[in-house]
Amino acid sequence: MIWNETKECMSRDEMHNLQSKRLIKLVDYVYHNVEFYRKKMQAVGLLPCDIKAIEDITKLPFTTKDDLRDNYPFGLFAVPNSEIVRIHASSGTTGKATVVGYTRRDIEIWSECVARCFTMAGVSKDDIIQVAYGYGLFTGGLGAHNGAEKIGATVVPMSTGNSKKLTTMMVDFGATAIACTPSYLLHISEVLAEEGLLDKIKLKNAICGAEPWTDQMRLEIEKRLNIRAFDIYGLSEIMGPGVACDCKFHKGLHVCEDHFYPEVLDTKTLIPVADGVLGELAFTTLTKEGIPLIRYRTKDLTSIDHSACECGRTSARISKFKGRSDDMLIIRGVNVFPSQIEAALCELDEVTPHYMMIVDRVNNLDTLEIQVELNPNYYTDEVRVLESLTKKIAHTIQQALGINAKIKIVEPQTLVRSQGKAVHVIDNRKLI
Amino acid sequence: MFAKQLTVFIENRTGRLSEVLNVLKENNINILSLSLADTTEYGLLRLMVDNAPLGKEKLSENGFSSLLSNVSIIKIPHKAGSLQELLKVIDDNGVNIEYMYGLSIESTDAYVVLKASNADKVDAILTENNIETISCDTLSKM
Ligand SMILES: [Zn+2]
Repeated sequence: MIWNETKECMSRDEMHNLQSKRLIKLVDYVYHNVEFYRKKMQAVGLLPCDIKAIEDITKLPFTTKDDLRDNYPFGLFAVPNSEIVRIHASSGTTGKATVVGYTRRDIEIWSECVARCFTMAGVSKDDIIQVAYGYGLFTGGLGAHNGAEKIGATVVPMSTGNSKKLTTMMVDFGATAIACTPSYLLHISEVLAEEGLLDKIKLKNAICGAEPWTDQMRLEIEKRLNIRAFDIYGLSEIMGPGVACDCKFHKGLHVCEDHFYPEVLDTKTLIPVADGVLGELAFTTLTKEGIPLIRYRTKDLTSIDHSACECGRTSARISKFKGRSDDMLIIRGVNVFPSQIEAALCELDEVTPHYMMIVDRVNNLDTLEIQVELNPNYYTDEVRVLESLTKKIAHTIQQALGINAKIKIVEPQTLVRSQGKAVHVIDNRKLI
Repeated sequence: MFAKQLTVFIENRTGRLSEVLNVLKENNINILSLSLADTTEYGLLRLMVDNAPLGKEKLSENGFSSLLSNVSIIKIPHKAGSLQELLKVIDDNGVNIEYMYGLSIESTDAYVVLKASNADKVDAILTENNIETISCDTLSKM
């Protein structure tokens, strides 16, 4: 099934024309409505009329996560708040969140994109789907929810955190689809096995995203649950989940190209590379009203393929992610930058700024251990003091990053102090 | 009277305790008593030694974090019930005991190391009640 054949299967020429038309309109729109872009264009002597086709996109400036942070919270919005119907936010490199706003039309287009992705993953109006992404500021829950509703599926808004309730309802409701992170689904498969419920479920399809995973992990999920699993991609800056998704042929993720124009850039020169070459992914939101972004650098490393897919769709496909061009980690679906940990620790007098993050995957759930050294002025002869200190550090990290970490105090001078770029992360996760 | 206790933070790794003891041995520092408070991750090794400041210095040179703190070495009669009587005196004055451990036992007397939430107050209570405390020096000469 294809949700929107007109858009998903149009010829490359038609797509080119549509993208050109939309880019021209977008540039005119941001020039007149977003001071940040107007100034950036003026700085390089660029006028909206200089953009005549999609190829001209390379003349336009890039946008980075720093730009979003510098314009916190609403500086890059192109419409007054009266037109914004929803806000989402994600954590950034500092304490400040990255804030995005949606107009009513943005929400509709988002739902359309998620509907395309879920249809690609075999979901239809006959399905009962459990959405087990977090509902809230994170785009996962509400994004998946709206898309599934648009298809007409029966949506069960589980959110996260209660595996027992999820497995019970999966059996009792006869859920046929689930949307959640891949590591959470592996965890769910274990809970089902423990409870002897594996042969009582009616699950057919899973749409997993919000963290990187491999084909091997997909095959493991498919084998354990006897289902088909699909990779959905998105980021809140661009929209949320639904920017791209893989079809049953699993040869890259189809991008909703008529709304999000993808470029893969050489990581040094930032010039677009040829199909099949690895580079940094950037998106331009061709139709977004609330917070339109031009050439937003995602830092995700991927390659692109513009050839037609066996499934009949003609939209460009991006490969599964091969890493990041920065040091961001995704732990339990939460974006974590080592610099955030450092900043949080610097607020505490009791510890030195040296630290080591050890990321692992235990029972298919990500774990984070942070090793710290005590400041000599806070040495103690009481276990109670150390215990309350580890609690305090864990609380500080939770407040700053929104993630639970196990804090381990280590002996002084045991954490690596290297010249130049220190290694602060040991990632022991094997994506199976 | 207070005595200086040397506390060393050690991770629960094989051989770490032995390394601490080796540093003390190399520097001819005699251990009079010790207690180890351990958790799954780390331990706090509390030591009464004949030269605590030297111990701290040498341990620090060898990469161990240590702390000198004031504790009371209290002399009590070596007979049933005497420890309980001591605790009663302290409890009655509303002071919390953080930890304590036994030290040496002679024919008529025993010694316990005690650390309270308020060391000064405990010292005053002991003096008031004519309970004897001793220094590390005295202890090491026994
Ligand atoms: Zn396809």
